[in-house]
Amino acid sequence: MKQSCRMQSHRINRPAVKRFLSLVAINAALLISLAVEANWNSPYPTEKVAEETLFSAFSTPPKHLDPVVSYSSNEWAILSQVYEPPLQYHYLKRPYTLEPLTLSKMPELIFLDKDFQKVTESSPDIAYSQYLFTLKPNIKFHTHPAFVQNKEGEWTYHKMSQTAFEDIDSIADFELKASRTLLASDYVYAIKRMALRQNHSPILDSMMDYIEGLKQYSDKVTKGYQQHLGNSKGTVKTTFYDLNKFDIKGVEVIDSTHYSITIKGRYPQFMYWLSMNFFSPIAWEVDAFYKQPGLVEKNLTLDTSPVGTGPYQLVENNPNKRLRLLANPDYRIERYPSSGLPQEADASLLEDAGKPLPFIKEVIYSLEKESVPLWNKFLQGYYDASGVSSDSFDQAVNVSNTGSMSLTAEMTEKGIQFLNMVEPSVMYFGFNMADPVVGGYSDKQRKLRQAISIAVNYEEYVSIFLNGRGVVAHGPVPPGIPGYVSGKPGLNSVIFDWVEGQPIRKSLLVAKQLLTEAGYPDGRMSDGKPLTLYYDTASTGADSQSVLNWYRKQFAKLGIELVIRATDYNRFQDKVRGAKVQMFSWGWNADYPDPENFLFLLFGGNATIHTDGAGINSSNYDNPEFNALFLEMKTMENGPKRQGITQKMIKILQEDSPWIWGYYPKSLALYHHWLHNVWPNPLANNTVKYRRIDAEARQKLQAEWNQPVLWPFGIVIALILLSIYPLIRAYRKRQHRVFSQPTPKEQD
Amino acid sequence: MFAYIVRRLLFAFPILLGVNFITFALFFMVNTPDDMARAQLGAKQTTPELIASWKVEHGYDKPLFINADKGGIKTITETLFVQESLKLFTFDFGQSDSGRQITADIYERMWPSLAIALPTFIIGLVTSISLALLIVLFRGTPLDTATMMIAVGIMSVSGLFYIIAGQVLFSKTWHWVPISGYAEGWEGVKFLILPVLIGVFSGIGSGVRWYRSIFLEEMNKDYIRTARAKGLSERQVLFGHVLQNGMLPILTGVVVVIPTLFMGSLIMESFFGIPGLGSYTIDAINAQDFGIVKAMVFIGSVLYIIGLVLTDISYTLFDPRVKLS
Repeated sequence: MKQSCRMQSHRINRPAVKRFLSLVAINAALLISLAVEANWNSPYPTEKVAEETLFSAFSTPPKHLDPVVSYSSNEWAILSQVYEPPLQYHYLKRPYTLEPLTLSKMPELIFLDKDFQKVTESSPDIAYSQYLFTLKPNIKFHTHPAFVQNKEGEWTYHKMSQTAFEDIDSIADFELKASRTLLASDYVYAIKRMALRQNHSPILDSMMDYIEGLKQYSDKVTKGYQQHLGNSKGTVKTTFYDLNKFDIKGVEVIDSTHYSITIKGRYPQFMYWLSMNFFSPIAWEVDAFYKQPGLVEKNLTLDTSPVGTGPYQLVENNPNKRLRLLANPDYRIERYPSSGLPQEADASLLEDAGKPLPFIKEVIYSLEKESVPLWNKFLQGYYDASGVSSDSFDQAVNVSNTGSMSLTAEMTEKGIQFLNMVEPSVMYFGFNMADPVVGGYSDKQRKLRQAISIAVNYEEYVSIFLNGRGVVAHGPVPPGIPGYVSGKPGLNSVIFDWVEGQPIRKSLLVAKQLLTEAGYPDGRMSDGKPLTLYYDTASTGADSQSVLNWYRKQFAKLGIELVIRATDYNRFQDKVRGAKVQMFSWGWNADYPDPENFLFLLFGGNATIHTDGAGINSSNYDNPEFNALFLEMKTMENGPKRQGITQKMIKILQEDSPWIWGYYPKSLALYHHWLHNVWPNPLANNTVKYRRIDAEARQKLQAEWNQPVLWPFGIVIALILLSIYPLIRAYRKRQHRVFSQPTPKEQD
Repeated sequence: MFAYIVRRLLFAFPILLGVNFITFALFFMVNTPDDMARAQLGAKQTTPELIASWKVEHGYDKPLFINADKGGIKTITETLFVQESLKLFTFDFGQSDSGRQITADIYERMWPSLAIALPTFIIGLVTSISLALLIVLFRGTPLDTATMMIAVGIMSVSGLFYIIAGQVLFSKTWHWVPISGYAEGWEGVKFLILPVLIGVFSGIGSGVRWYRSIFLEEMNKDYIRTARAKGLSERQVLFGHVLQNGMLPILTGVVVVIPTLFMGSLIMESFFGIPGLGSYTIDAINAQDFGIVKAMVFIGSVLYIIGLVLTDISYTLFDPRVKLS
């Protein structure tokens, strides 16, 4: 019996071992054959790496790619490569300068009186400003099925049957494609789409205040479309409405290459809006094409598959995986700038001067939700550029005692370069000026805010929580925006002293003196109890606790007790809108490089308490002197006079201290040396066309950095093989013992 | 059995209605339609008029459960709950609040989720069962003790650690596979190796311990002694008897998860850049996109009910004593 069992086990295991060994041999052969191929860990096909393809990542998928709806930076990063508004920012020039994009020259501006008669710029009778636009000739839309017509002039793909969509999963699946020349009416059509309330353009209500006749047009078409929807039982997504049936009084097509927009009064900032995607051209044919239910069912809409005139076409939009841009083969001749480079910039940025754009043939944006894989892939050379998260900051950047940043040796060895730039944004700590304790305009109330502003040490905040990636603010206007003044002239003398060529925060003694004068000696109220203030925040996570504790400590320096009222973001917004907060933190990113875009955050007319929560002035600051100056500077062109008024306004603000001015964030970008023409321009979003890739250098270094390490594989195989024999022996022994006596342990 | 299945499916209706009711109530307890509109429209330039028109277009201008402005049956039917719930029962998921077709999105995302979940599930199950059988074979030996200690160790470490360690070791240090990414077809295999390996490994500890306990229980039963008495080898005992009789409790936990496999894994898909359904619901909750939340909760409930029915059916396949009536 024992013998037969042993023989049986032999019969069972020998073929098994043989099978296993042959499997190992096959795997080893496979491994060796794979080893011949380069870069096992490359996430891209080899041919893409060898071409001029830019590999980038996105962490938040774009929600909207319809230019009249989209208003997020992550969406504009894609959209601005596809669409072309009339103007753009010069890539290199500082201060930020507008220049024509699809226009042959900058818009002509004329002034009109209330009877629409031309008047001079200095006339007191100016009632309207009219902008005249002249398009460059022969600009073409991307080739697209929406433009295909048959011999009879009918639109081939505008009214397809439901069954015709069965084989269509993307725009590339359409057999025929065509293009047409850009017309002035396409720009006007975009404004008409903006006016249709059902399209939910975020700037419609703002533009109604400026563009003549837009409100009347909007009311008319919105009502008409609603009726049309009711009659057709359709939805907004699937029901086309001919917006060209009506005209906007202040938006006129003059001929195929000329159009005009009439603005109520003066509004110089309107020029900046013309560089935004809201004013990009939309072909009505594309709008009509995308209203077909069969396309909507497959998520093929104007909101997902844009059609513009820009240097790139969006050929793949899977917001959960990848977005892919291909260079537009029919793009007109546009050239890399030949001038405008600031003196302090690297002169190599002009090496491509005058060369036709775009340089990069394809852009692949991959979804990377987590920072760890993104960072590691950048180090492997699989992303051409990367930001720096707090996790990887120490690995990438050295910060000296003076606060200057440089790359670590590891980064330098890889030839990685970096850009460090102050963003046109401000992050502030606001006081609710409608609050009876921290708000108000009396001397005592002002001194309380000034004392707190001195105590809350934002130099420390920037150092601890931002790794030095911020510049302490002295006012609401950030660097790079007209109105910002650096050095001693721009000093906030309420909070800082100018000592040995740099601003030094006033001592706590000054803050305590101010607090005493405010009626709170040592942070105590008249009844001897400590002054308790409330800070509302939507930061509820564990990561936020250190920041909140830091705030508590800043207030404790004055003997003030700070109570944190943390809530979810919805409730926080509600409380701010309802002026039910005492103190809060918020931020603002520039829409355009004008001080008005920051100072309006403190204009009394925008206070939430005066606008039923709709205003942008969350601090409810309402100083008549400031308000009057704001209204004066708002319609002025930039110049010394405007600069003077802006400085006066900032001084008023510094004295009143409705905000602790916080900081201007710095962005830090790393990129490999094979990526050229990288220059920070946070207001220009259409910058991919200027970049250039040295694909050969990239491929070589990727291969060098990513050679597979094979010895661990051998060890794993050896360990498996070594463990087999004892197992087989143990099994045989066990088999033999099963038929003998069970062990006492087994019996238990 | 047919009558049983029909009865179970009919029971599903009130359950699903209840799930919908709870979903609607909880979601709107935390988010108001105004909040949702702001989340979709962005913080800048959001005017009351814009919010109002957005709510009308998305149907959020209607009351949630009771429409006091209407009379009769319309008090109930002209509400957000009834109108949106009925659509769910016809599997018309409509649009997300950001305007995308939910059915198309789910269809597109379910395949990558399945590409990672299915091999992880099958390989994990086979590996765990095989290892459990091996340990049962060597029960009471140092191998058994050592394996159990390792299993407890594997269970005790966070899955996130395995993901990051795996990426650092296999992708960053040894350069064997890509750190993250996804491709369709055979091109995609290299992207799946690491997540599947980590998925299998991180689940092996709990799997082996559970299956071992099941098999050990079977090992002590009389029919095993009889089998041995008949002269069957240990292999035949294990695979012919222990495994087959141990399948019943295994099925209880396994079959119910099969239909939900395509719902994906949040962390695994996020770290490995797999464009699946794993983060679809959580992203929608963060974005206050009720269109997606209600659809995914409904689908999840339906799949769970299907899983339970399949479990019952599978009992009859493995245990002839079980009859569904």
